[in-house]
Amino acid sequence: MNRKFFINTALGFAAGLGAARLVKSRQDRQRRLSFRNTGPRKVLIIGATSAIAAETARFFAAAGDDLFLVGRNPQKTAAVTNDLQVRGANRVEYRLQDLADTAQHANLLAAAIEWLGGLDIVLIAHGTLGNQKACQAGYDLTEKELTTNFLSVVSLLTPLANHFEQQQRGAIAVISSVAGDRGRQSNYVYGAAKAGVSAFLQGLRNRLAKSGVAVITIKPGFVDTPMTAGIEKGRLFVGPEVVAKGIYQAIETGQDVVYLPWFWGGIMTVIKHIPESIFKRLSL
Amino acid sequence: MKQYQSWGRYFKYTHQVHKIRWPGRAETVLQTTNRLVLPFGMGRSYGDSCLNDGGLLLDTTPMNRFMAFNRKKGLLRCEAGVTLAEILKVIVPHHWFLTVTPGTKFVTVGGAIANDVHGKNHACAGTFGCHVTQFELLRSSGERLLCSPAKNPDWFRATIGGLGLTGLILWAEIKLKPIAGPYIEEDIIKFGNLEEFFDIAAESEANYEYTVAWLDSLSHGQSLGKGLFMRGNPAKPPYTHMPHRPSGLRVTVPLNAPNFALNRLTMRAFNLLYYEKELSKIKRRLVHYEPFFYPLDAVHQWNRIYGPRGFMQYQCVVPYNDGYQAIKTIVHKMATSGLNPFLNVFKTFGDYPSPGLMSFPQKGVTLAIDFPNQGRATLDLQTEIDAIVREAGGVSGYAAKDSRISAADFQHFFPQWAEFSRFVDPKFSSSFWRRVTTR
Repeated sequence: MNRKFFINTALGFAAGLGAARLVKSRQDRQRRLSFRNTGPRKVLIIGATSAIAAETARFFAAAGDDLFLVGRNPQKTAAVTNDLQVRGANRVEYRLQDLADTAQHANLLAAAIEWLGGLDIVLIAHGTLGNQKACQAGYDLTEKELTTNFLSVVSLLTPLANHFEQQQRGAIAVISSVAGDRGRQSNYVYGAAKAGVSAFLQGLRNRLAKSGVAVITIKPGFVDTPMTAGIEKGRLFVGPEVVAKGIYQAIETGQDVVYLPWFWGGIMTVIKHIPESIFKRLSL
Repeated sequence: MKQYQSWGRYFKYTHQVHKIRWPGRAETVLQTTNRLVLPFGMGRSYGDSCLNDGGLLLDTTPMNRFMAFNRKKGLLRCEAGVTLAEILKVIVPHHWFLTVTPGTKFVTVGGAIANDVHGKNHACAGTFGCHVTQFELLRSSGERLLCSPAKNPDWFRATIGGLGLTGLILWAEIKLKPIAGPYIEEDIIKFGNLEEFFDIAAESEANYEYTVAWLDSLSHGQSLGKGLFMRGNPAKPPYTHMPHRPSGLRVTVPLNAPNFALNRLTMRAFNLLYYEKELSKIKRRLVHYEPFFYPLDAVHQWNRIYGPRGFMQYQCVVPYNDGYQAIKTIVHKMATSGLNPFLNVFKTFGDYPSPGLMSFPQKGVTLAIDFPNQGRATLDLQTEIDAIVREAGGVSGYAAKDSRISAADFQHFFPQWAEFSRFVDPKFSSSFWRRVTTR
């Protein structure tokens, strides 16, 4: 059995799910989140220079929202800020921060909430796709990957969850990955971090459901961004603007878990159901 | 995934591609590659000027951020990969418009500068490059040049219409034009032959900003050169009604039509319907700018109707003094060639000078013709038309369109090519440039 066979089987399955999903998405559109009022929404975007986040932010900008961006690179963060301002954002501010330094998170969130005058939506989008081989060679890099992709997210979500729980409304969206659905030899360090994020969000959603806060787990498949620049692009790759549209819609309609594009839901259902005795022999 | 082809789909070339989201990435690629590179935007030029067979393409479309928009002065600064479609979305609600726009909004700012594109208002506004106030150019040496009519003016001149060969344009600033609203007051006038066309064109010159004509290329004899003349001005409020923007439903040609789909019969049927749908001799209406400027943008991938063989677009400009006879000869040659020229467009160019060294437009009548690729005969016909253009003192070999001009002919029409080649970056090249500069 090879990779192609899997992908084709999964695509067939996905087509079936797609029809069901179309019906569901129509229903979702009916139940808009209650926090949507007429004024600008207060949106915090962490990891704002990532291609997916920057594209998602454009939807909020076009809707005339207030945006607070967090990035690491000064030129890039400023460039994204200017872009969103021209595209129609009501107000945009940014702050430079290396998110691996979790000690700064409390300050960061306080500054964002103060500038925005509250918080309606947060999108956590930062992450790195480290080299798996290099991670295998030593724990140092593995630890760094886990910190960036998992622990720093937990560090941000812990105070954020309390804030949202208290205000009883809003949406927390976090970019996880299909890589977290099943560990594979080609990227299990990244996958483990994303699996941690997905499980954390699952629990958080369970906790915040009664407070009316939406917790949205976003699981993109292959996206053509600088993060995947070194990977050869097959036909399953999509541009970041495609995923961004899905994220924006998921936030607007308060989804729980979204695979983007939708067919990855089918692909991952198949992949998750392969018996481990077979799966361990595959070169995935 | 994105196809790295030109719009005519005639050339089947292969490239290595790097997507450029940040300028730093371009710097790294330029430093490390040992291949020849060429910037690539939306791939809307028809021939091989956006192709670089066996080389490397820098896809600039991810570099698509706006930088600044001065709503008082109408100055817009953005990165080179921003498309005109995106710009319109941002500026039209603030009562600004592109001073010059080509017939599709699916081109990047970088591409519009590199081809120094023109629109339906050449006589009163010149080319796209006339309204570029400044831009930044990245050379393969790592040097960055800020270019404007005042700073590095020779690089400014060379890069406008410079086919992406002088380096990578990182961002540009353009001057916009104020508008009252998104509507155009349009006249559609039927003309029965070329004489009528020239009369209407002359009569419309003074009072209409935008003019263009569609020509039924298959009619000859008495009705040689019959067609529809479209002219318009920006409409001023109060509007009689609000024309709806017909972009709600977009169609895409989903796959290649078979090669035979566009034949003499189907084209005749189209031409007949298109011409006869206008019942009266002259029709006046208020339209949204979308169908007026970008009628073909409503059908995505319309180039697929020509099938896998692709098509070529031929464009030339012929001066007025001698133009009438030359145009008549060209149109007659086309109509009787049996090569099914399709979608032919007539426009007039004024004497508005472009800063671009290699810019195509000059005062006269310009004719653009789409030919389905039928091999040798299609190529030969274009070479024959070149000879007529040459005789009449016109220009052919517009790089954004051309697929076949010989090096000798190109160098005749663009004698400034030698001066221009001094500005070509040593690491930049295109299939087009290699074709027209090797003897």
